[in-house]
Amino acid sequence: MMGEPFASDPYVVGKSAPPPEPPHIPAEESLCPVVLHDWVNSEYKHLVVEASPKALTVTPGQFFNLLCPSPDVGELFFRRPQSVYRVNRKRGRIEFLYKCVGRGTRGLSTLQKGDALNMVGPLGVGFRLDPAWRHIVVLGRGVGIATLGPISQLARDNNVGVTAILSARNADFVMADTFFREAGDVVSVLDTDGTSAVDNVEKILAGLIAQKRADAFFTCGSNRLFQLMKRLGKAHNIPGQVAMEQVMACGLGPCYVCVRTFEVDGKKELRRVCIEGPVFDMQEAVGW
Amino acid sequence: MVDMRVKVGSVSLQNPVMPGSGCFSTDLAQVMDINRLGAMVAKTVSREYRAGNPPPRAAEVEGGMINSIGLPTKGIKYFFEHQVPDYRRFRPPLVASISGTTIEDFEAMARDVAKGDIDVLEVNISCPTRDPKGGNFALHAEHTYEVMKLIRATTDKPVWVKLSPNAGDIVTVAQAAERAGANALVVANTILGLKINTDTFRPAIGNKFGGLSGPGIKPIIVRMVHQCAKAVKIPIIGCGGIVKVEDAVEYMLAGATAVMIGYLTFRNPSGMIAIIDGLEEWCAKRGFARVADLTGAMIDEPPMETFAAAAAPIG
Repeated sequence: MMGEPFASDPYVVGKSAPPPEPPHIPAEESLCPVVLHDWVNSEYKHLVVEASPKALTVTPGQFFNLLCPSPDVGELFFRRPQSVYRVNRKRGRIEFLYKCVGRGTRGLSTLQKGDALNMVGPLGVGFRLDPAWRHIVVLGRGVGIATLGPISQLARDNNVGVTAILSARNADFVMADTFFREAGDVVSVLDTDGTSAVDNVEKILAGLIAQKRADAFFTCGSNRLFQLMKRLGKAHNIPGQVAMEQVMACGLGPCYVCVRTFEVDGKKELRRVCIEGPVFDMQEAVGW
Repeated sequence: MVDMRVKVGSVSLQNPVMPGSGCFSTDLAQVMDINRLGAMVAKTVSREYRAGNPPPRAAEVEGGMINSIGLPTKGIKYFFEHQVPDYRRFRPPLVASISGTTIEDFEAMARDVAKGDIDVLEVNISCPTRDPKGGNFALHAEHTYEVMKLIRATTDKPVWVKLSPNAGDIVTVAQAAERAGANALVVANTILGLKINTDTFRPAIGNKFGGLSGPGIKPIIVRMVHQCAKAVKIPIIGCGGIVKVEDAVEYMLAGATAVMIGYLTFRNPSGMIAIIDGLEEWCAKRGFARVADLTGAMIDEPPMETFAAAAAPIG
């Protein structure tokens, strides 16, 4: 657009015209009106936007690259990748649950109802669900819990049982436990009472394995818990998937900024979180 | 109707807008119609696999970003077996970018890449992040001449050379490249920089130094395009910090025949398309029948006498 400080041609959600991009292009830059934006505790915010038809094709584990407003007098020059917490296709809404930690998320937190959020997506490779599984285990720590929302929703919709182990500093930071309760069983483990210790989580996982309620593992948010699941997954031959983060620039593949290390048959390789992930095979991921 | 076509030497482009090397791959088909671009510019390829530099590989700074990716590549074999056929699903001309460690390596790379199914060879002698000290051929006129002379002899295909803004005198480097037979100059690569994380006291990126790009560097590179355009006859492709239509116009007024876009795609993936459309609109509004007429159209008069200028209307 002429006169704009940064040229772009986003699809404006709510505009009467059909999406400008041909349908074979799976993602797009879109301007999405904020419909709800509330604090859920002292650090986490819940953001709901009205999304474009293309954005609503997002699958569990995929992400959007968000252009956050600046929280200060400077400008933000990178987008911020953000996984999706919930999708409400009936109402055309996408929800994010994020932790205010840096400039990007602090800027994001300034958005008001009615403001437009510029999102690029849906991007990346998400979680895979095998309908033959009868029961899966999702293990999330902190804000990583949010990323496991959509796969839990999908499992429930496919009559696959879910046990959600939600790890947090204290009860205030166990997010979305009511949401996960709709999908299956919830076990909260906390730092305050020591239940979040890796040994204890291992006991819980071992119990689920013994009860044959662990056909697949899913995790996000903690390297220690990822390593635990990877070890148990390997010992018991349970397939697993991990959603990973990395400093990202383009979010689309070309720039090779967001690489992480993977190991296949003893050979190390780098993969891009934005396009080869953010969800990866647990046994191939090295961790962070 | 504005004629958006430009010619970079013998290479005809449907419009003057193309991506900068390292900022483009067919992955962008996720968000854009690649067939609308003036050309496709592949990421730099080296002979052998290179893992690239340690993360974090980029950080934002005021005015843009700093990066040190380190030219990761799967090597020349993979490039021709997998990447070139993938690019050829799209219609714009394909520019292959090459790197090498020695002058002989560059020469051999040029020979082997140019004979493949590519349209233009871009020689990346200016990547500031390949060598941790930021050194490269494009810092010196004589090194540029030597390597480009050998490369020129390997192929009849168009050869573009990407220059470095870190050279002390980019104009003599540009002239050396022209003398050696380059068909066009890409002005320029990134500016070597350092960002320090004030929480950790460590460099913000894994390789310590990185290349600065984005709108903050644009006036520096526009100046270099202008200076080079005055000093050489071969076409120039302007590259550095274009984020809006007027930036592309500025580069062309300074003397660029075409432009490359990098950072903007990271911020707004639909940006290159918006600039192609906006540039056409801009030309129509200003009464330019051909976008090519913008090239070198900056009015370059001697400065006014100071008292007369200080007594003149603003603007």
